[in-house]
Amino acid sequence: MSDTQSLPIANRRFSRLHINRRQRTVIVIALAAVFLLSLLVGAQFMDEAGLSTSLTERNLPPTLAHPFGTDWLGRDMLVRTVKGLSLSLVIGLFAAVPSVLIALVLALASGLGNKHLDAAITWLADLFLAVPHLVLIILIAFVFGGGTTGVIAGVTLTHWPTLTRLLRAEVLQLRSAEFVLVSLRFGRSRWWVATRHLLPHLKPQLLVGFILLFPHAILHEAAVTFLGFGLSPHRPAIGIILSESMRYLSAGSWWLAFFPGLALLIMVRTFDVLGDNLRLLIDPRSAQE
Amino acid sequence: MALFLCGRVLRLLTLLVAVSLLSFLLLSLSPIDPVRAYVGADMLRVGPEQWANIAAYWGLDRPLHERFFRWGAAILRGDWGVSMIFRRPVLEIIGERAVASLALMLTAWIFSGIFGFALGVGAAMKQGTWIDRVIKWYCLTLASTPSFWFGLLMLLTFAVWLGWFPVGLGVPAGVLAHEVTLSDRLHHLLLPALTLGITGVAGVALHTRQKLIEVLQSDYVLFAKARGESDLQLLRRHGLRNIALPAITLQFASFSELFGGSVLAEQVFSYPGLGQTAVQAGLRGDVPLLLGVVIFSALFVFAGNLTAELLYRLIDPRLKLKERYL
Repeated sequence: MSDTQSLPIANRRFSRLHINRRQRTVIVIALAAVFLLSLLVGAQFMDEAGLSTSLTERNLPPTLAHPFGTDWLGRDMLVRTVKGLSLSLVIGLFAAVPSVLIALVLALASGLGNKHLDAAITWLADLFLAVPHLVLIILIAFVFGGGTTGVIAGVTLTHWPTLTRLLRAEVLQLRSAEFVLVSLRFGRSRWWVATRHLLPHLKPQLLVGFILLFPHAILHEAAVTFLGFGLSPHRPAIGIILSESMRYLSAGSWWLAFFPGLALLIMVRTFDVLGDNLRLLIDPRSAQE
Repeated sequence: MALFLCGRVLRLLTLLVAVSLLSFLLLSLSPIDPVRAYVGADMLRVGPEQWANIAAYWGLDRPLHERFFRWGAAILRGDWGVSMIFRRPVLEIIGERAVASLALMLTAWIFSGIFGFALGVGAAMKQGTWIDRVIKWYCLTLASTPSFWFGLLMLLTFAVWLGWFPVGLGVPAGVLAHEVTLSDRLHHLLLPALTLGITGVAGVALHTRQKLIEVLQSDYVLFAKARGESDLQLLRRHGLRNIALPAITLQFASFSELFGGSVLAEQVFSYPGLGQTAVQAGLRGDVPLLLGVVIFSALFVFAGNLTAELLYRLIDPRLKLKERYL
């Protein structure tokens, strides 16, 4: 999006609709947010009847009554998928909030503290990046004995390092800015500088970082649940649906895996689009485009 | 350079010690009782005395720090313990499975490297056209595709519908181990490797595209164009060399995701590699084996990162200056 070469084409494409690039960005953000919110709200009001077992409607391929088909217990796959997605959203939220908070605190401490603290924090981030994310999540989920807490803890503990690195680089740049140096020379405390000078500059990064954490968190949650370490089998999670579907694949029940995964893909992609467009809008370096 | 290498090795050592300490602490906090996991189904036939004997035999009655040092010393001696589910030395199992996993990951790695590079070059050369947009859209979509779902789709298409590939396992069933031929292995390897490779394309493709666009906007390319060089000549003379090494470097730096992806791919295709071993060990409470895989994966990721860093320093001396900053 940052390359200027693609600008004229994008403009030509949207000038027909009489909207400029900024309006387009706002519209995309609104659409993405509405989609995700409706998923969350819709799942709460969805008919529970679809989840009840009905043995007369087992293993049905997609029809108008059941657009995603039904599973071997006759449960409607659409209802299960939407419930699963909203559960993923909630878990993503629970994992993303602490990750962002940890990243913020560590980045500020790393930028404002002394050299040793900075080195220690960098080392700690490296430590958590030293083992593949999935392996570390398996380890942590194992320690918690599976379940929701384990997944949330695992995803949180593996996702703060990348954001911390990003924010730290930003803090280090700001720290050598003149207004910060002057402020420190005037005898302002580090805390004052951190909250009044650094935090406002970090806000866009934080918000975008927060939104862009969701896709990772959701995908990892689904993956770990798929492997059998995450949510318990009676929860309506996408990972559970997909791992169950493996047993029915060779019988040709393709809809059991296809639609839930596709829905997950669309949701993750929506978060990406939301994050990228939000960055375009609120990041001062790209806001003029 | 020597100083840099020493620093890196020192860093590896501290990280390894910390990784093992952290995983050891985590696992000892786990609610899963190793004695119970070991006894398993024989629960009713094992009395409390025997129970205590097993615990004492493993040193489970000792304090935590003593256990850690004993374990650490054993690891250094090359004794990684005995796996509870396989009843064989952990190092032996890891060695066996690592070969299968590395074959899978290497195939996928080379495939995603070449395919991703080609896509990136194609998108950059046709920047702004529909080809570029399609490739970009494709990569971004792939980046948010759950790899295990993609694996399921591959399995569904090629193994169930078309029947070209076996549904699972690293070797054909019902055939003795020494009778398994190389082509059998390849046949079973191809589908998981393809899954892993295709989903790993996005990073290298988008990176290559960005780099090549930067190169194409440079003054020397403008001059070359003015001299009348064609697109292909431009690419060959000025593009490829500038973008090949960054792409290779990025591939090395992605070892962590590669390993994570292989865990999922192996699970979907029930391919007997390290990832599947880790999952089994985790699900059945086999602590020594799980610890072994964690340490191996840390070594694997470090090897990738170190290679990437060395390559970077080789191609971009400016990095030495920036290093203090990031």
